[in-house]
Amino acid sequence: MAQLSFCRRSFSGRSCKNFTCAPSPSHPQVQPYCIVTMATQFTRMLAGRNTAAVLASLGAGTLATGYLLTDSTAAAERRMLYPPSADFPDLRKHNNCMAASLTPAIYAHLRDKSTPNNWTLNQSIQTGVDNPGHPFIKTVGMVAGDEETYEVFSEIFDPVIKDRHNGYDPRTMKHPTDLDSSKITSGVFDERYVLSSRVRTGRSIRGLSLPPACSRAERREVERVAVMALSGLKGDLAGRYYSLGDMNEREQQQLIDEHFLFDKPVSPLLTSAGMARDWPDARGIWHNNQKNFLIWINEEDHTRIISMEKGGNMKRVFERFCRGLKQVEQLIHERGWEFMWNERLGYILTCPSNLGTGLRAGVHVRLPNLSKDPRFSKILENLRLQKRGTGGVDTAATGDTFDISNNDRLGKSEVELVQLVVDGVNYLIDCEKRLERGQDIKIPSPLAQFRR
Amino acid sequence: MPFGNTHNEMKLKYASAKEYPDLTKHNNHMAKILTPAIYELLRKRQTPSGFTLDDVIQTGIDNPGHPFIMTVGCVAGDEETYEVFKELLDPVIQDRHGGYKPTDKHKTDLDPAHLKGGDDLDPNYVLSSRVRTGRSVRGFCLPPHCSRGERRAVETLSIEALDTLSGDLKGKYYALKNMSDAEQQQLIDDHFLFDKPVSPLLLASGMARDWPDGRGIWHNVNKTFLVWVNEEDHLRVISMQQGGNMKEVFNRFCTGLTKIEKLFKERKHEFMWNEHLGYVLTCPSNLGTGLRAGVHVKLPNLSKNAKFEEILKKLRLQKRGTGGVDTAAVGGTFDISNADRLGFSEVELVQMVVDGVKLLVEMEKKLEKGQPIDAMIPAQK
Repeated sequence: MAQLSFCRRSFSGRSCKNFTCAPSPSHPQVQPYCIVTMATQFTRMLAGRNTAAVLASLGAGTLATGYLLTDSTAAAERRMLYPPSADFPDLRKHNNCMAASLTPAIYAHLRDKSTPNNWTLNQSIQTGVDNPGHPFIKTVGMVAGDEETYEVFSEIFDPVIKDRHNGYDPRTMKHPTDLDSSKITSGVFDERYVLSSRVRTGRSIRGLSLPPACSRAERREVERVAVMALSGLKGDLAGRYYSLGDMNEREQQQLIDEHFLFDKPVSPLLTSAGMARDWPDARGIWHNNQKNFLIWINEEDHTRIISMEKGGNMKRVFERFCRGLKQVEQLIHERGWEFMWNERLGYILTCPSNLGTGLRAGVHVRLPNLSKDPRFSKILENLRLQKRGTGGVDTAATGDTFDISNNDRLGKSEVELVQLVVDGVNYLIDCEKRLERGQDIKIPSPLAQFRR
Repeated sequence: MPFGNTHNEMKLKYASAKEYPDLTKHNNHMAKILTPAIYELLRKRQTPSGFTLDDVIQTGIDNPGHPFIMTVGCVAGDEETYEVFKELLDPVIQDRHGGYKPTDKHKTDLDPAHLKGGDDLDPNYVLSSRVRTGRSVRGFCLPPHCSRGERRAVETLSIEALDTLSGDLKGKYYALKNMSDAEQQQLIDDHFLFDKPVSPLLLASGMARDWPDGRGIWHNVNKTFLVWVNEEDHLRVISMQQGGNMKEVFNRFCTGLTKIEKLFKERKHEFMWNEHLGYVLTCPSNLGTGLRAGVHVKLPNLSKNAKFEEILKKLRLQKRGTGGVDTAAVGGTFDISNADRLGFSEVELVQMVVDGVKLLVEMEKKLEKGQPIDAMIPAQK
């Protein structure tokens, strides 16, 4: 078996002693990241993606049904009957990143390919075909079914990533990962303005398919791995898991009141991508006893990690975030698992918009004067911040309180993005105070996109 | 995936128990039949086009159902689904279609001359009459599974065939994605336009993919014969008109269907049909005739009578609101149609509707005059 040239560096600098590198059938040459063969027997089976081995393990009896052959003549015939041009979607009324980049030539090139888990391009783009988009809001329009999606279909994913992430070119650039919260300065806001602070990201478990593609067994495995790791957290991070399917009414009401409970997705963007299948099987919420560290299991990603608290101590929120993330990662490593990550794209998540850090750091902040100033939007734009209503994405602001967070996800590290939010929100509060005093404010110069 | 489904093999690496869905809170036909043993047996299979057990049952898993309404909970992706997964679908069919056995044969009879009467339903009570069915084109995957290329091919074939119809069946096709605002409004006013499915029962099975690509409505100039292309089935064929002349509606229905089938055969395509299941459609509930013959009828007195439900059951009829399935009746006007689809021929089902509605209207008239109807209650058909 060929050895890969290098494995990713972990945050603690630990080298790759525990992992064996292996090529996958679709990429026999050197890859920029590990495919891990893990300790358990289950995962050893996953690493052997060889069709003959699969058939052999199933036993002779199953072949008698006559429907197991992969590249049967029926499949080959169909492929000839329907060339890629017959299947190319009609995207003339569409406004999303996928539609903007997908040409008939790219489609023809990729249509008959699949990842080792047999995820196809048609499956990736289905959500973008079904949801033409909005003239003002450009959605991404495609999702990944597994880690390899981003490689096998890089011909379409790379331009979409570039489009969505302001010119970040996965072919030439590297994404920095930095979860050292001690580097944050001035991270405590004036609480007369900042009501709450929050940092969220997502993590995917390497070796298991992502929510659009996963089978019930894989999803349950994600739940098992995550819950087992979380049960090892101690001190201020100790907590418990609430499975969506097993929750009683009282628990459910409690979680709703705390704004922790997530619902079955209704957005057609998510349901078209197949993420709501088998709901609520293997979905759940974990939170610590202090209710400021929260994990969603198997919603839009394998895991979504949230650190939050009332008030303006973003530094503490981020410190807990980094500490919790590192501990969870350590706990899954001990059992032979790891997160999906590579140098090109950072952390791998279902939606290309969440690649890199997957991080949204934000505050609920009162800006009664600034929000009425015509320069507000420009100031936010130059600070690389976005505003949302306090109900989250797709909501409008009520009163003068806004959700302000970072625009970017990929190309800047976690520390850089949180610092950007800290500096930006401090600037906004400064503007607010000036306007209160009748003083004038300045639009700041635009921040640089990517570090050299 | 119309090119084979090797993802299914990946799932086989997990023990069947790990993949078996949690159906403890479910109430649909699929959930009642699918035991862990059947799941284990069938999950290794796929149809030649790559439709698998999980594809069949996904809609039933995602829609646990209702304590009062028993949905089917499974769909077919192609004609072979009913054969490859017969261990699941035969019992589902038996449950849904009144005990229809795997060895039973289904009669097809589309000769309108065999219908007795039906031209004289009292138009003071019967506001409109309608007959609908579905047809699938052999050789193409069904809506849950078809690729864009296949769906478009079905559309093209259908347009070609329908364009050659003549006389009172001559008409025009309106593609959903090319419709002008004026055309769209007209079709809405005529109650012809079908919308993108919103029912989670349909969405979960994948029938709404790529909407509105390859979908459209064809209707004749008189607006009495209508074909839906690529909605829940390849084709839905509808004959309808105001008033109570069900015979005329059924005449046109049979003539039109027979002509369409002939036109398809001339183009070397036939409809999916076999001796056991009759016409093969996406949902097992529509097998056999796929036929729903119904009227909108005013029964304000009868509907308040305590025996109304019992009478309908005896006549093998069902009631719906005038908005169609899943709607409630408004002002005593009901949609009354045949409850059966499989095991009776088209003529037999329309005969049941014609005879049954005639009786219901007579009962209504009696109740209007304050007279009793107990002597009129029929035996179970």
